[in-house]
Amino acid sequence: MSLLTIEGVTGGYGGADILHGVDLRVGPGEIVVIIGPNGAGKSTLMKAAFGLVTIREGAVLFERRDITRLRPDQIVREGVSYVPQERNVFPSMTVHENLEMGAFIRDDDIRPQLDKIYDLFPRLGERRDQVAGSMSGGERQMLAMGRALMLEPKLLLLDEPTAGLSPLFMDQTFERIQSINRTGIGILMVEQNAKQALAICDRGYVLTMGRNRVEDTGASLLANKDVAEMFLGG
Amino acid sequence: MEWAGLLTYGVFFVTVAGIYAVLTLGLNVQFGFTGQINIGIAGFFAVGAYTSAILTTAASDHHLGGFGLPFPIGVAGAMVASALVAVVIGWVTMRLRTDYLAIATIGIAEIIRLALKNEEWLTNGVRGVPAIPRPFSETLEFDTLAGLAGLLPDPLEATVLEVLSGPLGAAVLEVLSGPLVSLVVVLVFLALAWWMVERARVSPWGRVLRAIRENEDGVRAAGKDVVRCRLQAFVLGSAIMGMAGALYANFVGFISPEAFLPLYGTFLVWVMLIAGGAGNNTGALVGAFVIWLLWSATQFLTDALGAEYATQAGALRVLLIGVLLQVILILRPQGLVPENGRKGRH
Amino acid sequence: MLMDFLQVGLYGVVLGSILTLGAIGVSLIYGILRFAHFAHGDLMALGAYFALSLVVGLGFPVWASAPFAIVAAALAAIAIDQIVYRRLRRVEPVILLISSFGIAIALRSIIQLVWGPHNQVYVKGIQMPWRVGDLIVKPDHVWIVLGAVVLVIALHLFLTRTKTGKAMRAMSDNMDLALVSGIPAERVIMATWAVGGGLAAVAGIFLAMDTRLHPVMGWSVLLPVFAAAILGGIGRPYGAIAGGMVIGMAMELSTMIIDPTYKPAVAFGLMVLMLIVRPQGLFKGNA
Repeated sequence: MSLLTIEGVTGGYGGADILHGVDLRVGPGEIVVIIGPNGAGKSTLMKAAFGLVTIREGAVLFERRDITRLRPDQIVREGVSYVPQERNVFPSMTVHENLEMGAFIRDDDIRPQLDKIYDLFPRLGERRDQVAGSMSGGERQMLAMGRALMLEPKLLLLDEPTAGLSPLFMDQTFERIQSINRTGIGILMVEQNAKQALAICDRGYVLTMGRNRVEDTGASLLANKDVAEMFLGG
Repeated sequence: MEWAGLLTYGVFFVTVAGIYAVLTLGLNVQFGFTGQINIGIAGFFAVGAYTSAILTTAASDHHLGGFGLPFPIGVAGAMVASALVAVVIGWVTMRLRTDYLAIATIGIAEIIRLALKNEEWLTNGVRGVPAIPRPFSETLEFDTLAGLAGLLPDPLEATVLEVLSGPLGAAVLEVLSGPLVSLVVVLVFLALAWWMVERARVSPWGRVLRAIRENEDGVRAAGKDVVRCRLQAFVLGSAIMGMAGALYANFVGFISPEAFLPLYGTFLVWVMLIAGGAGNNTGALVGAFVIWLLWSATQFLTDALGAEYATQAGALRVLLIGVLLQVILILRPQGLVPENGRKGRH
Repeated sequence: MLMDFLQVGLYGVVLGSILTLGAIGVSLIYGILRFAHFAHGDLMALGAYFALSLVVGLGFPVWASAPFAIVAAALAAIAIDQIVYRRLRRVEPVILLISSFGIAIALRSIIQLVWGPHNQVYVKGIQMPWRVGDLIVKPDHVWIVLGAVVLVIALHLFLTRTKTGKAMRAMSDNMDLALVSGIPAERVIMATWAVGGGLAAVAGIFLAMDTRLHPVMGWSVLLPVFAAAILGGIGRPYGAIAGGMVIGMAMELSTMIIDPTYKPAVAFGLMVLMLIVRPQGLFKGNA
């Protein structure tokens, strides 16, 4: 059984369609990467899985439940968390409060989960009373992921998690993504750094002009000449 | 007698509606074309009215002037004065979100009202400026009409002269000599305002304004000076409101600060524009006449409740119009005559 | 001279307290719903009149009628939002602005209809002032300032210690992220109106204690309230406290130099100055 299934989805943001009959699947515990040129609809495809896109045709299933027409706040309750590319923290609130907001819909004791996040990202633990707006880009990205993990999702959606980060932070971020994945959480991400992303993923999708182009394991895509020419910088 | 009263009322009704239509056209340049919010219409209206009053009245010890100048100069002065106020307010707020402009216009209108009340040397304070001459009021008198009748064939001339000399003729003359001329003047200036605003709308400048409203960043990227265009629109709209002020002052003949409360000067104009259809000049005209008709019709509330409850009836009328505004915004935001290419905002 | 200055400064603190309570609500609503709520002054007036009903009708003291007025004004604010503003939320915010201007006029008409158009007061007669040295202190002034301090502290605790309060800050910070985190926006918006409406009621009651009740009292105070909110950086409730104090103080101190009728012009002047020099407000935030 797959965790997330996108079947023949066509849609966009109300105007012209951006996606044209796209398929995608994420299995439990998998890391799946979407790559493609600018304007291919990568982020749109991911947002389609989170109720942020008007879907005209096709369906989105999460663990066999149809979530095509659900709103983001309903999908969150199903066990999917989403980390936007930009503006992904609450800047005037502390690290601790950011994480609390991530767990807003939980009524149980969130302290064990907070401890887990601080273990995963020790840096956040050191700065729990710091205001998010005053942190560096890399730290904010950690906080954004931490916030999304507060609900203990089964699937984590990451929109370009390494955009704008220094190479050092980039490597760290990929490592973190792998350690999150090792706890059994499925991951779907859009990445510009295709080479590194394909190296850590189970499977990858290449999208062009809002359509599926190639779908294969990460290793095969890395070895694929066409893909290498197009996106991996030779 | 009966129908003379009706005629007088009809003339009065259309004149006031015409003045409101000029105001609504001015607001349309600001909000309809450009998306700017002006909650201080009453202030620009008042500046125009007082400027024209001071320029056209005979010299007086009670206020500045008057300078006894002809009516057209009063109108021109009114437009310039309102435009100047708009330049100052606009210069401060044009770079910011329109919320700030809205707040600033509330402020300026309030301060103008305070100044009208307190600066007696300028405005005669709460006692107001009286004896503002009606434009061209001397043109239609008995002799003029009798002269015109002379052009008719003899038997007809006799009949006309007979009627004119009778009590009916006196009533007709009374209407003709004053209010009717005012009506014609108001309609002429309304046509002028319409012509200016419609020309502006279809001009390249007007298209830039609409583009700013729809997609400000895009226009900026195309190299247009967005702030400048917006300021021009705000100033043009305010100048037209000043023109309405001059028409009002010279039509009613007496103005005081009480006439420029936000309720009549600002709120009704907004309801008119929204009801008619923002962005569309025809809509602005239709809105002004329809809402003025509705507002006048609610007068029956005052009559039905009797003088005893006059204030309550007044409040009830305002409440009804306030509710009407919400209903239009929710159910028909595009107004009675929608702007081409702009459907409901939902 | 110094005594005069202190005396007028005291009035400034009183007015500042009133403006602060109004400006906090304006700022909270702006932060979350992104529009300048022009009916806020009239909401203040409505709260003041609710209290008047209990004072005159049931013989309550003013302080005892305040809690009822707070609840009633909060409910009124929520009702206006649910019936009108909510339906306009998906539209451009400028439409909400116009709508709220209409609501302001409508509220004022309702006040005239229900309570009449005349000046009214809670308690007739002159209050015996206390003398502190050469300063004249009216008991009402003390209650106003103390009341404002208590409410500001309560608001601070609410915003930093409760889940709903934090969610309000989160929505004001980053609405999109709040939504994808599953924060129930409509519930938080209701809470915002409740807080804003409740504070407006208190501000209105205080204003009525300091001056008198009149249907136009709310509209008259709208400009200084917005000036305070803008000075503090609109959208930032904590800034509104400083903004309220500065505006209140400036308005009262100006009466030593210029005609008191022009007090609103002083608020306006400061606001304009701020818009020219520093549109984001006294305290730079996260922008």
